[in-house]
Amino acid sequence: MIRSELLQKLGEGNPELRSEEIEQVVDLFFEEIARQLAEGGRVELRGFGTFSTREREARQGRNPRTGETVEVDAKRVPFFKPGKEMRRLLNED
Amino acid sequence: MRSVGTLTRADLAETVNRKLGFSRSESLDLLEAILEHMCEALKKGENVKISGFGSFVLRDKKERVGRNPKTGVEVPITPRRVLTFRASQLLKDRIAKS
Repeated sequence: MIRSELLQKLGEGNPELRSEEIEQVVDLFFEEIARQLAEGGRVELRGFGTFSTREREARQGRNPRTGETVEVDAKRVPFFKPGKEMRRLLNED
Repeated sequence: MRSVGTLTRADLAETVNRKLGFSRSESLDLLEAILEHMCEALKKGENVKISGFGSFVLRDKKERVGRNPKTGVEVPITPRRVLTFRASQLLKDRIAKS
């Protein structure tokens, strides 16, 4: 499923809404999650999962093409942990 | 880093209400519908890709031997399907820079 298919499904379920309105809601939803993560926070969606960030320490990496050693700076990376219900949903049969 | 806490459905619905003008209950219903449609696709075995945000990717794990960390006893871990999230480069960059 891609974003446009999600928009289409939401449109079918909400015929009273204009497609632009649905698009705004979907964009705001993902934008708010992204913004919260960028600010260092978490987003917990019960049943679906939790978005958070984790620290990665600086390390020595290697350019896979040249084999050259490069310093990789410490950074924060996004992290997602599926919720219990989600894990069950995926393994139902 | 300062702690900015945890957002939930209610907080996201509040933002939809404030920024787009839908009622609170309508906002909550719409967010729930987004999650439900994503769950439905994942349940059918489809990955979900949201451009600019990231992809929810399913992986099928084979059976393997695990260990009870408390007792050290080996136990088989049954084959299962797991969900991973691959953030888009855009999201990775935003978070790395912050």
